[in-house]
Amino acid sequence: MTFTYREALNQALCEEMRRDDRVFLIGEDVGYYQGAFKVSKGFVEEFGPRRVVDTPITELGFTGLAIGAAMAGLRPVVEVMTFNFAILAMDQIVNNAAKIRYMSGGQIGVPIVIRGPGSAAHQLGAQHSQSLEAWFCHVPGLKVVAPATPHDAKGLLKSAVRDENPVIFIEAQLLYPVKGEVGEGDYTIPLGVAEVKRAGTDITIIAYSKMLHRALEAADILSREGIQAEVVDPRTLRPLDLDTLAASVKKTGKAVIVEEGWPFAGLGAQIAESLYGRVFDYLDGPIVRVTGRDVPMPYAKNLEDAAVPDARRVVEAVHQVLNR
Amino acid sequence: MASRVIMPKLTDSMEEGVVVKWRKAEGDHVESGDVLAEIETDKAVMDLEAFASGTLRKILVPEGTTVPSGTLIGVIGEPDEDIKELVKEQPASAAPAPQQATPSLSHQEKVEGEAVASPRVRTLARERGIDLTGIKGSGPGGRIVERDLEPLLAKNPQPAAREIPLTQMRKAIVRATTQSKAPVPHFYVTTEVDMGEGLRLVEESKKRGDRPPVSITHLIIAAAARGLVQHPGLNAAFAGETIRVFPSIDIGIAVALEDGLIVPVVRDCGKKSLRQIADAERALVSRARNRELAPEEYTGATFSISNLGMFDVENFIAVILPPAAAVLAVGSVREVPVVKDGRVGVGQRLKLTLSCDHRVVDGAAAAKFLQAFKRGLEHPRDL
Repeated sequence: MTFTYREALNQALCEEMRRDDRVFLIGEDVGYYQGAFKVSKGFVEEFGPRRVVDTPITELGFTGLAIGAAMAGLRPVVEVMTFNFAILAMDQIVNNAAKIRYMSGGQIGVPIVIRGPGSAAHQLGAQHSQSLEAWFCHVPGLKVVAPATPHDAKGLLKSAVRDENPVIFIEAQLLYPVKGEVGEGDYTIPLGVAEVKRAGTDITIIAYSKMLHRALEAADILSREGIQAEVVDPRTLRPLDLDTLAASVKKTGKAVIVEEGWPFAGLGAQIAESLYGRVFDYLDGPIVRVTGRDVPMPYAKNLEDAAVPDARRVVEAVHQVLNR
Repeated sequence: MASRVIMPKLTDSMEEGVVVKWRKAEGDHVESGDVLAEIETDKAVMDLEAFASGTLRKILVPEGTTVPSGTLIGVIGEPDEDIKELVKEQPASAAPAPQQATPSLSHQEKVEGEAVASPRVRTLARERGIDLTGIKGSGPGGRIVERDLEPLLAKNPQPAAREIPLTQMRKAIVRATTQSKAPVPHFYVTTEVDMGEGLRLVEESKKRGDRPPVSITHLIIAAAARGLVQHPGLNAAFAGETIRVFPSIDIGIAVALEDGLIVPVVRDCGKKSLRQIADAERALVSRARNRELAPEEYTGATFSISNLGMFDVENFIAVILPPAAAVLAVGSVREVPVVKDGRVGVGQRLKLTLSCDHRVVDGAAAAKFLQAFKRGLEHPRDL
């Protein structure tokens, strides 16, 4: 069946809330407004305001409240309206959610999911267009997931809800209307498992979330030039499925990593470092990264388009690696 | 009196020189001032003149050879003069020279080749025995990349087979298994065990926080020990003229290591509780993985167990490890449909195959042991 990314998320959450009455949703406008991006459509009607909790504009407060609920045995799903607003909750996320299992010697777990859109949409300004996954990936104790397709979004969100540890689940505003085949019934996709989205032999393109789609467009263009690119989506950013990425790069000998975030200390730098450590002797040239430009996101449409990676820049990076 | 001809220092910067050509041969008469040889310095080819008159008795450095300045390269003397003492110097000073000359050349080539090849190309070249010298690189900055090797790779399409030298452990495995499989007449008996209760017990132990928690392997060791107490005929070895029945039940546990396997032995299992077995097994296995076992800790098992359950195998057959007369191969616990009282339900079942030495035990004895073993494993709380 074909569904949108938004519908896939709605199904995943709905099924998990029906399956387990400890699961509840909390955030700004998740109830009667049905979520800022309508992911929780129909929830308050089915599950009632006790399990679909509208909050004031208090990210630090309601994230902390949810972490406490998780410590007490519930399984909260926190919706942040966008991950830009999760910056306000960083203390709760980094200092509590990520650390309590460690600091209690394993006695207290925090099975929480913090989800919402990251990355740029269209002309939302510098403060609302950020890709902050590297911030979360930096913190031991957090798992970070960034699905690119409706099928992956559903299967991974269900796994995230069932996970015993905090999971940062990063969606994308521009992916919500994207349609795709979604698996039948109650399936899950394990965290920490990458997927080869397109097989190829000449170069590996690693991309996740929205950038997977730019990478697949680039692979189409490249195949018309006779270059068969293999496109691999890590899907979970931490823990990273280095085995799958390394196997692909070992085969092709070349890699391009695409991310929307900033270049300096970005996730692609970490992925490249991990790959150099694992497959150095199989590399036919340096790994090249395609990233967002190193600036606060411009508001002007032409400049915004220039700051976010597109298929053309991925193709150029491949040409650079292949010296064409 | 004999006179030494040495490689001169013709310029300030000259460290060494090449004897390009000898203009006189051994036995030729030379006058002081005659050109003896042509010497190539770091700057030019120059003539080397004789400083003494007489006969060129000996040429010590052949043409084309590089030697450091100061090296004895020839001797001028009277035709019948004894020059042995002088010539003796030669090996000490001149011998290193040619060695120096050759490496410096190949060193240069090597640097060029390495500087511009990608790691992948170097790996391929090593694997296929390809010489990179002279290959033109088409990568950025002239780097040799994989596509530059394509014509050569097509010529040597087969990667050379890798010859891995046998480690001491691998040699021991070869010895033990061939000594077992060839002469020992093996036979095999397979059974299936209901693991429902066993899994519950393992789960409870985990929840309770037992350190270490009881594992399926521990249950199997304990059940095997129970079976062997009841059927000591399997805790025995073929000893030529006799069958040797061991007084203590020493169970070996096969532990996979990166380059082979080792079989630490849990001693006297017949007298140990499940808890004691778990403690002993955990300690031995972790020391085995760190390669800390002493030889007496991994030899002399009277019975052994090989568990591949973690690899999702239904069932397999193991090779007996002498001197034991039997080995138990353990598969994975699988969720399967089970018919009970005429109804189909879901069961947690484990398949095990016992390999036996037919010189020591017969089929019926093996089957009886397995019955006792199975009873123990299905009622693990009594272990």
